[in-house]
Amino acid sequence: MKSLKVICPNGHLGFAPLKTESFRIGVDAGPDYIAADSGSDDIGPVPLGSDTCASPRAWQEHDLEAMLLAARETGKPMIIGSAGDTGSNSRVDMYVQIIRDLAKKHGLAPFKLGWFYSEVDKEIVRGKIRSGSRVLGLDGRADLDEAELDASERIVAMAGVHPFLKLLKEGCDVIIGGRASDSAVFASAALHEGHAEAEAYYLGKVLECASFCAEPYGAKETVMGEIAPGKVEVTAMSPDQRCTIASVAGHAMYERSNPFHEYVAGGLLDMTDCHYEQVAEKTTRVTGMRFEPADEFRVKLEGSGKLGERFVGMAGIRDPYTIAHVDDVIAWARAQVVERFGETGWSLHYNVFGRDGIMGEMEPLRDKPAHELLVLVQGVAPTREMAEELTMTGTRQLFYARLPDVKGTAGGVSFVFDEVMEASPAYRWTVNHTMAVDDPLDLFPTFTETVGADHMETA
Amino acid sequence: MMAPRKLSDLAKTIRSKNAGTDKITFDVIFRERDVYEAVKRSRVLTRETIAALYRISDNRITDFVEYDPANAIKFTILRPRPSGSPGDPDIFGAQQYAPLLDIEVPIDA
Repeated sequence: MKSLKVICPNGHLGFAPLKTESFRIGVDAGPDYIAADSGSDDIGPVPLGSDTCASPRAWQEHDLEAMLLAARETGKPMIIGSAGDTGSNSRVDMYVQIIRDLAKKHGLAPFKLGWFYSEVDKEIVRGKIRSGSRVLGLDGRADLDEAELDASERIVAMAGVHPFLKLLKEGCDVIIGGRASDSAVFASAALHEGHAEAEAYYLGKVLECASFCAEPYGAKETVMGEIAPGKVEVTAMSPDQRCTIASVAGHAMYERSNPFHEYVAGGLLDMTDCHYEQVAEKTTRVTGMRFEPADEFRVKLEGSGKLGERFVGMAGIRDPYTIAHVDDVIAWARAQVVERFGETGWSLHYNVFGRDGIMGEMEPLRDKPAHELLVLVQGVAPTREMAEELTMTGTRQLFYARLPDVKGTAGGVSFVFDEVMEASPAYRWTVNHTMAVDDPLDLFPTFTETVGADHMETA
Repeated sequence: MMAPRKLSDLAKTIRSKNAGTDKITFDVIFRERDVYEAVKRSRVLTRETIAALYRISDNRITDFVEYDPANAIKFTILRPRPSGSPGDPDIFGAQQYAPLLDIEVPIDA
C-alpha cells in the first residue's frame, strides 16, 4: 500500500499564528493532506460557556488562509477539527464563513466544503439519564445528574473519526469539524486511504500538537507524519528542529494522564509496546502501536455552566508586618462584604501572588512570602452592578484592614488602579463525562456545499 | 561519596500541563538513559515524595509511571478545582512543576 503524508502546521489553530517558513517547507514536501486541530479544553470553561473564541479572529483567519491556499494550490484535502477553540455550532459557522470569504477573496476555483456540528441538545442527555443509560463521570466525577445538566450553558460532544470519514467519502476538499478528538482529525485521513487503525490513530496522536513532538522546543512549526503498513514516521519541517526518539516518545505523554493509553470515540490506542528508531537526522520511526475497538460506543461530553458576572481588583502589599498577616487583611475585607451583601449569593476569590498565588494550597513555600505581594481579587455575583460593588468592597477594604500593630495607619495596601475591572463572566466545567450512543454519527450532523469564485450552492 | 544534584540540572524537561479539565500531569524527561535510571533508583520521585511536596493526599495522584521509552517519569494529579473555575490561578496548569526543580538527588552522574 502507498504511504500517506500528512502535515500539521499548528497544534491549536488560532491560539497563536502558525510559522510560515516551516509550513512552506512542509507544503513543498508534497503532503497528501493538510490538517490541524483548533480546539482545546485547556482554555477553561469561559469560551464554551459564553460561546466565544479565546483568540482574535485575525489569527484564525491567518492560519485558515495559509492552509486553504496551500490545499487548493496542491489539490489536496484540508481538515480542521474543533473549530474556533470549542467546536460549538457558532464557531463552526464562523470558520465555514471564513472559508467562503477566503475563496471569494482569492478567486479560488470551485471546491467542495463540508462541515459538521457537535453541540448536544440537553434534552438528548436528559433522555439518556431518565432511560437509565448512565452518563459516566471522568476523572473522579460522579455520574451526570439533571441538576448539573440544567446548570450547563452549553454542551459539546467530542467526535471521533466518523463525521470526518463521512465527509471525505462524499468528496469534500475542505472539512471544518465541530468538537473532535485531536487525533481524529489526522486519523480520519489515514483511515479514508485504507490504513490500519493502530497506525492511523498513532499518526493523529503524534501530529496533533504539530512541533511539540520535535526538539528543541518551538511551537507553531510544521511537522510531517508519514504512515505506511506497520509504521509511522514523523519529521520536523523547521530547519531548526528535529524529531528525535526522545521528542517523539516524550510527546506520547504530553497532556495525557498516562503515556500508554489514548482513548478515542470507539476504542483505545495502546502505545505500551511502541518502539522508536531514529531513521534520519530529522525523522523518527515508530512501530508496535495497537488499537483495541471498544465494546460500547461512548462519546465524551464537555459542558460549561455560568456562575455569574465577574469583576477583578488588585492590591499590592510592601509592609512586612502586613505581609505576615495578609490572611487577616483578606478576612477583614471579606467580612466587610458579608456585612454589605450577607453570607450567600456571591463569591470572592483571593490569589496572593508572591506567596501562593500560582499554586494555592499546593505551594510548598507558602510560609515564605516574598517581600512584596500582589493580591488579585475576583468577585462573582448575579448582576454586573453587584459584581462590581462586591469586588470593589473586597478590594478597597484591604486598604482599611485593622491590624493591631501596624505602623502605617494611612492605608494598608498599594493600588495601581483605584478601580475594579470587568472580566469575562465566570463559568465552571459542569460536564466531563461519557455517554453511550447507538450510532457514531448520531450527535454529529454533516453538511456540504460547493464554494468558489462564482459558485455557491448547498447540497 | 555522592554529592546531591538538583533535579533541574539532571533533567532535560520538567513540565506540567492540564490533562483534561480535572487533572494536571507532570513530565520529568531525561536526555541520558543512565541518569534516568539513577534518578529512578534514588527514589526521590515516588507517589509518597510527590504527595508530601505538593501537600496533597496520596489518593489525589491518579497515575504514576516510569516511562522507559522516553526516559521519563510521569505523574498526574487531580486538580484542587477544575481548570478555569474562579480562583484557579493557572488555567493551563503550566506552572505547577516549579517545586520539582529543586529536588535534591543523591547521584554520581
